[in-house]
Amino acid sequence: MIDFINFYLVPALAIGSVYALGAVGISMIFGILRFAHFAHGDLMTLGTYGVLAAAAIFPVNPLLLVPFGMVLAIVSALLVDKVFYRPLRKLPTIYTVISSFGVALIFRSLVQLLWGSQNQVFGSGGVRPPLVLFDTFRVSVLHVQAVVATSVIALFLHFFLSRTKTGRSMRAVSDDPELAQVAGLDTEKVVRWTWIIGAALAAVAGSFAAMDTSAHPNLGWNLLMPMFAAAILGGIGKPMGAMAGGYIIGLAEELSSYHWIGDHALISPSYKTAVAFVIMIVLLIVKPQGLFKGRLL
Amino acid sequence: MEWTGLFFYLVSILIAGGIYALLCLALNIQWGMGGLFNAGIAGFFAIGAYTSAILTTGESSKHLGGFGLPVFAGLLGAALLAGLMGWAVAKICVRLKSDYLAMASIGIAEILRLVIVNESWVTNGSLGLAGIPRPFGEYLAGRSADLVFLAYVWTIVLIVYFVAMRLYDSPWGRSLRAIRDNEASAAAAGKNIEKFRVQTFVIGCAVMGVAGGLSAHYFRFLSPSATDPLLVTFLVWVMLMAGGSGNNRGAIVGALGIWSLWSMTEIFTNRLPLEWITRSSYIRMLLVGLLLQVVLQKFRSGVLPEKSPPLRFRK
Repeated sequence: MIDFINFYLVPALAIGSVYALGAVGISMIFGILRFAHFAHGDLMTLGTYGVLAAAAIFPVNPLLLVPFGMVLAIVSALLVDKVFYRPLRKLPTIYTVISSFGVALIFRSLVQLLWGSQNQVFGSGGVRPPLVLFDTFRVSVLHVQAVVATSVIALFLHFFLSRTKTGRSMRAVSDDPELAQVAGLDTEKVVRWTWIIGAALAAVAGSFAAMDTSAHPNLGWNLLMPMFAAAILGGIGKPMGAMAGGYIIGLAEELSSYHWIGDHALISPSYKTAVAFVIMIVLLIVKPQGLFKGRLL
Repeated sequence: MEWTGLFFYLVSILIAGGIYALLCLALNIQWGMGGLFNAGIAGFFAIGAYTSAILTTGESSKHLGGFGLPVFAGLLGAALLAGLMGWAVAKICVRLKSDYLAMASIGIAEILRLVIVNESWVTNGSLGLAGIPRPFGEYLAGRSADLVFLAYVWTIVLIVYFVAMRLYDSPWGRSLRAIRDNEASAAAAGKNIEKFRVQTFVIGCAVMGVAGGLSAHYFRFLSPSATDPLLVTFLVWVMLMAGGSGNNRGAIVGALGIWSLWSMTEIFTNRLPLEWITRSSYIRMLLVGLLLQVVLQKFRSGVLPEKSPPLRFRK
């Protein structure tokens, strides 16, 4: 039981936080700009390497340097939107999807070109001692930080979306873009904020993922599939749903390799990613609008 | 000597170009004619490659095999299995917005990569399959075998090209384009949209499977790295977009053009100092990404734009 919490449940919540933060952006972009953003994973990678670059200069706790990564991701996302996505906005959205594939490639090759393709670890690379609670629970400090940070972000996001004018217009555009435009909402401003929030959270998610293991150019791409699954699970255009979806996918992936029956892992850990995919496929068959009544585009 | 070297360099470009032409024709059936977004070309390519390789190789203790079937049967198996997988993906996703099909097809491709690496009893894992025969391999060796293989590949390309042309001009193809251009009015005209889309996707995937099989026979060796999504999926999309989606000739022109460019830059970059060679592959990737953006924004209809066949009236 204690092993279950130490080695399965807590890491599951940590990876769930990563998925949750990434899925929020995917869900919001899908809801507001109406296209599946396939470069989101690589945007995460770019943000992560921004933190890594800052960590090479300032010898402090890398968590304090995450804002550098967020800025890099935000600037790149806004630039890419202006140069690559906006000229295609009048066409069917599928062209933007194709474009985002190209952008994913551009981000990844830039990371490889600037920082090389080897694995890189944060800080000294040494193992930090785990947090011991009640003499039985041994959890990694980073995992606790990830879960706490995600909860705080969720709180702020909820406040932003329900109380501020910009947040409300974002929800309005997501629900009905024509009506929002007729009502005189500034759609471009909404689009801008979507990218800012999506990119910032992607950078945070990528940094946590990289600090937990290591940073490499395929980091974000490998996380893309579970994040899409989380976004669909939570319902497209529902940021809080995407958060919940992220945790559900994280739990499902990690707990699927627990030895529920007998002594062997239920599903071999090397097929973790497949779990998220199977969940996504089942959802697409049974309930494509997701658990929280998202929109079906 | 210089000239024969150059000649066989050209042959190798044409063989790989022919395989890419098949992939482009297949994608053109799916995207150009049907408007279906397949982001997992590498997955269908991989399934074709492994099916054909396993069906045709001899007995081995390291992986599934020992069927020793002729190459043609292997390719047929590749088409069947890839088509079957395409059917499953399409069945689930065609009723949803095309973005979902993209997600599911890319998901399939990623999962297949996991399966190929992990299930080494079938695929020999990352060590790969060796000794995959070529068509008529028992009679030929050396460079003449390359020429025969070139003819073999291009015969298949031509067959697929004529079939694709025929499909394009057939009532089936016209309904398909009607669905692509205006789903609602096609449905109002009584077309079963889902059925047409599933058929299109399956045909395209089967051809992608054949292309995968051919590449396995060409290299005589197959490992998971051969199904790299960058080299298969991305490059094929750029080829079709640049060549002209909706135009079968454009698909072939795009495949040959982009593949020649890609290979020629390799000659150039191989002369760079060593530390730059690894970097140059990233630069090439960056350029492919940028090229896709330029094509999408400025030359959406490609070198050879789609030209609808003229109306013909029965006298």
